[in-house]
Amino acid sequence: MSMIALMGALEIGLVFALVALGVLISFRILNFPDLTADGSFPLGGAVAATLIAGGHDPYTACLIAMLAGAAAGWCTAWLNVRLNILQLLSSILVMIALYSINLRIMDAPNVPLIGAPTVFSPLIGDDFESSWLVQPAVLAAVVIAAKLLLDVFFASQAGLAMRATGANPRMARAQGISTDRMTLAGMALSNALIALAGALYVQTQGGADISMGIGTIVVGLAAVIIGETLIPARSLWVITLATVLGALLYRVMIAFALNAEFIGLAAQDLNLVTALLVGFALVLPLLKAKANAARGRTA
Amino acid sequence: MLAAHNLTKTFNPGTPIENPVLRGLSLTIESGQFVTVIGSNGAGKSTFLNAISGDVVPDSGTLAIDGQDVTRLPSWQRAGLVARVFQDPMAGTCEALTIEENLALAWQRGQKRGLGPAVKKAQRELFRDKLSTLKLGLENRLADRMGLLSGGQRQAVSLLMASLQPSRILLLDEHTAALDPKTAAFVLELTDRIVHENKLTTLMVTHSMRQALDHGERTVMLHQGRVVLDVDGDARARMQVADLLSMFEKTRGETLDDDALLLG
Repeated sequence: MSMIALMGALEIGLVFALVALGVLISFRILNFPDLTADGSFPLGGAVAATLIAGGHDPYTACLIAMLAGAAAGWCTAWLNVRLNILQLLSSILVMIALYSINLRIMDAPNVPLIGAPTVFSPLIGDDFESSWLVQPAVLAAVVIAAKLLLDVFFASQAGLAMRATGANPRMARAQGISTDRMTLAGMALSNALIALAGALYVQTQGGADISMGIGTIVVGLAAVIIGETLIPARSLWVITLATVLGALLYRVMIAFALNAEFIGLAAQDLNLVTALLVGFALVLPLLKAKANAARGRTA
Repeated sequence: MLAAHNLTKTFNPGTPIENPVLRGLSLTIESGQFVTVIGSNGAGKSTFLNAISGDVVPDSGTLAIDGQDVTRLPSWQRAGLVARVFQDPMAGTCEALTIEENLALAWQRGQKRGLGPAVKKAQRELFRDKLSTLKLGLENRLADRMGLLSGGQRQAVSLLMASLQPSRILLLDEHTAALDPKTAAFVLELTDRIVHENKLTTLMVTHSMRQALDHGERTVMLHQGRVVLDVDGDARARMQVADLLSMFEKTRGETLDDDALLLG
């Protein structure tokens, strides 16, 4: 695999590290199985691409994309806490609705951004020669900032209250925490991050496409699971680190699998490889335990 | 002061499994009083406690704490008034969080939570001091996960958490039922100490007649969602477990086969 291909894999890995951090908040911290990601990721992309194509500043576009994502996450949580719709179902409803909303926002199945200014433009020369290096570097800075901000937040009073909401809602309420508000806020935060990932993704890929969201949640969840399988941890800053590394590793593994000619896989096999990788990561702890048990018997 | 007036609650109304749990329950508890509550299964003990904590909204009747009507106030909004220790040691704490984080959550019970650090250095010292009074060696395990503690240790920490901030009412819902006898005795002793030191208005539900008479200063028996016995002072001091048991049987209109369970 060439250096450029590796950087490309890392670039997408970094985008999905943001998705994975969002998924970590919903699935792991709030204990809220949320599939909104498949809609909020393209929502962020659609909002950012439409604004940038319309001549707006790419940084403002990213910010508004995040707000749109937050609104989507808030809607999912609202359906659950106010209308008592099952968590998974609430998120599916919002995800489906977002497909139409995204089409409305873009007014077309796709919005090209070829040659348009992006958040990366100021650091890239006119000849686009350095983009293969600049884009991953900027994304890495964004991911590290997001990770550190989350670490600080979850060590704060409100952050601890959010963790208690997911871990033991009855106890949280007994301590005076409004679990409803915490769920609304946490889901907004989660999907804001996922929408930011979508906004950055369209700027690395040269445009937004209505189908770009398919499988986002699986990839995000894969990153979380790979991270926690490889680096089992209890303290939160290690968990966020493991999640980011899980996302990077996942993309690099995919790139290797698709690039290794002797395996004979092609781009269309991506989802199959994803399913196999996630399945493997899921059973890895079991295999580890079995191996340990076997060692214990012989010793 | 706690004032419950004519509380009613029916679960699954209008269905074949309709279950009227509270049927006009009235009870007034003065500030600083320690009341023990007994009653058979289904008498409405837990529902009454849940109504006080806000986990259950009564169908009718009123509930006031220190003159403030809290009948319909959601549980998280009355957390500043009511502290609670659950029967299940898992229920009152977050096992995924550390001891120190659990205490930090309780330290802010009923208060606004901002973006400041959850555990500051001064608090850590305070938590360490408080934990050392339990004499369980937990003061050196602040960063350990709650899940690593035994049931008794968790109940002891839960009690400590309930007393970190002042509250008007302390609810103890059979908080020693899931513990072995020795640990239960330790937790009960700790309960007496904490209630006494903080002069807490306390409601303790128990299955044990012995505990009901040995702790607190007033005993209330619930039956079919109402108060059927209310003793304190000399009458209670003279009372033996056997007396209580015979009253218990009388109200139920049947004899109990297994006294051991209730005497224990």
